[in-house]
Amino acid sequence: MQIRSMFFKANAASALANPVLQGNMRMSKGKFVDKRRTAITDFQAEGGDFEALREAGAELRNRVLNDLDLWLERFESAAIATGATVLWAKDSAEVCRHVVDIARRHGVKKAAKSKSMLSEEAGLNQALEAAGIQPVETDLGEYILQINDNEPPSHIIAPVVHKGLDEVADLFARVHKTPRKTEIPELTREAREVLRQHFLDADMGISGGNFLVAETGSVALVTNEGNGRMVTTLPRVHVVVTGIEKVTPTLEDLSLLLRLLIRSATGQSISNYVSLLTGIKQPEEHDGPEHLYFVLVDNGRADVVASEFQDMLRCIRCGACMNHCPVYQTIGGHAYGWVYPGPMGSVLTPLYMGLDKAIDLPHAATLCNQCGVVCPVKIPLPELLRKLREKQVEKGLRPLMERLTLKAWAWVACRPKLYAVGTRFGVRYLSWLAGGRDRIGALGIAPGWTDGRDFPAPQGKTFREMHAARQR
Amino acid sequence: MRVALFVTCLVDMMRPRIGFAVIRLLEAAGCEVIVPDSQTCCGQPAFNSGDRASAAMLAKKVIAEFEGYEYVVAPSGSCADQIRNEYPGLFADDPEWHGRAVALASRVHELTDFLVNVARVDKLPGNFCGSITYHDSCAGLRSLGIKRQPRQLLAKLPGVELKEMPGAEECCGFGGTFSVKFGDVSAAIAERKCANACTTGADAIVGGDLGCLLNIEGKLRRMGDETTRVLHVAEVLAGDD
Repeated sequence: MQIRSMFFKANAASALANPVLQGNMRMSKGKFVDKRRTAITDFQAEGGDFEALREAGAELRNRVLNDLDLWLERFESAAIATGATVLWAKDSAEVCRHVVDIARRHGVKKAAKSKSMLSEEAGLNQALEAAGIQPVETDLGEYILQINDNEPPSHIIAPVVHKGLDEVADLFARVHKTPRKTEIPELTREAREVLRQHFLDADMGISGGNFLVAETGSVALVTNEGNGRMVTTLPRVHVVVTGIEKVTPTLEDLSLLLRLLIRSATGQSISNYVSLLTGIKQPEEHDGPEHLYFVLVDNGRADVVASEFQDMLRCIRCGACMNHCPVYQTIGGHAYGWVYPGPMGSVLTPLYMGLDKAIDLPHAATLCNQCGVVCPVKIPLPELLRKLREKQVEKGLRPLMERLTLKAWAWVACRPKLYAVGTRFGVRYLSWLAGGRDRIGALGIAPGWTDGRDFPAPQGKTFREMHAARQR
Repeated sequence: MRVALFVTCLVDMMRPRIGFAVIRLLEAAGCEVIVPDSQTCCGQPAFNSGDRASAAMLAKKVIAEFEGYEYVVAPSGSCADQIRNEYPGLFADDPEWHGRAVALASRVHELTDFLVNVARVDKLPGNFCGSITYHDSCAGLRSLGIKRQPRQLLAKLPGVELKEMPGAEECCGFGGTFSVKFGDVSAAIAERKCANACTTGADAIVGGDLGCLLNIEGKLRRMGDETTRVLHVAEVLAGDD
């Protein structure tokens, strides 16, 4: 996917100026937050300890990441033993090459897809189309985006959360050339009718993978719509495209991660479907693919292993960090400019795509730590964002003016006498600007502040000078 | 009890009366208050901007100024968190300063936490009369566990009625330099906070961090609200000078 993260500020400004988007974001905000809270309250009421679960989840993910190569090799041999083929992809281009090769080898004309953020990373749909293979998104949200001229998703589990009912109703009427429908059940029925034929026609199914189980060579899929089952069982070829960090040792470990993931993501105790897919169709079996491929993707992940950012690879893609993020809630996911939005995206995008490609993202956070306290695997997101800011400074990527201002301010703040003179002058200047009022409407040195709110006027003198005067 | 006041750079420049309110509160609690007069800033703006060298330089200054006192109190969860939880990490490779940072850390308290858990105050000089809604600032709430302390203190004032707002624990959008770098996003978040606070109809929005309060007051006034007061919890608890 083309990265547009360098335009974050402009993207955010247009998101703020879009009243439809603003309305849709307000609608969705409470839902995710409330549902997760209820799910955890219920879990506690049943005698569960969600904090202990988070701790165990973080410990498990660390254990996997500390020996990632070992667990991947174990997964590979277990998967091969079930009749699957395991392929490795260094980058996006290699992902696309592998999948197109597989499609050609099996004479595939149409590929039905269930949701995969990695295929967004790789730009897989475009590559398939270029090779004459028709990709059809079958997750309802992803389908809506695909028929809307391949619009990118704005959320990792609710890709179309930025759209409202009206927009979808218009889109379906226009693209399906059917009378406009206004009820959600009617719209979903229409989508199901269109998608049904695609499921039956598809020669190949492409899915992501929520987790890979090393001991069994299985892939676990967590879905609510059932399309994942159709995609992975009907076509004769199934290709799983997922990141190398998704491996987990045992089925028991998987159950821990599922308990964390689903509550954190949608606030359900379990999703409508949890599929555990192992191997190819056996002679005595009635369904399942004849050919199963795993494309395990690096695309920047291996460089993060053993780095100071390794904690980020614990991520299990629940979306809780963005659902609770005041910035995401305000501007939506598209503003972030690449595949992953919100706090996790602001860490992953610079790590995978390059610090200089996403200069604003690590700063586009208030460091309120709402993300950190809801993360099911306890990723210290604010700390990682701050470390990325440090990397930018180390590499000289911050604007010169900002660096000089900080240095000059810190230099003065280390010299109390000079600082006292500076602050006395500063507050008097601000008081003069306020002109006797209790606020300043436009502040030349900080227009970013006063464009959207007033700047309260200072009291008039500094505490230190007033205190010194009282002591005398 | 000898207590050093870390007044914070924002209070120093913008709202000295908060600093004096803190002194009155601490003295009423029986503390001897010392104000080290060379203090400036805890260095958080540099730390959060990725300028680790400047942050460490200012941290050393604060440690040297305050390590001689039994207790250090700051009218800010954010600055107290910086000293308590971030200073030691700044000196991971410097055993001497790391030790000094750790030694200071546990003696630094956010104001309301100090009044409740260390000074264990019973009576407060404040005489505020009216309804209040309390904004929980992020660092104080999520890093220092400041939630019950200010409410417990406000409950001691007979004239105060506390009306909780929806989303009291949500960020106000200040975020230090974020408020200027991404002013439009910051102001939009502040608008949501103000709208939530206003649903309570409270006479005053009260909090424990001046950064948030300036953000909220600035947004309220721009929204045309001229009557809702925005006060630091110290001002409410200490009453008039």
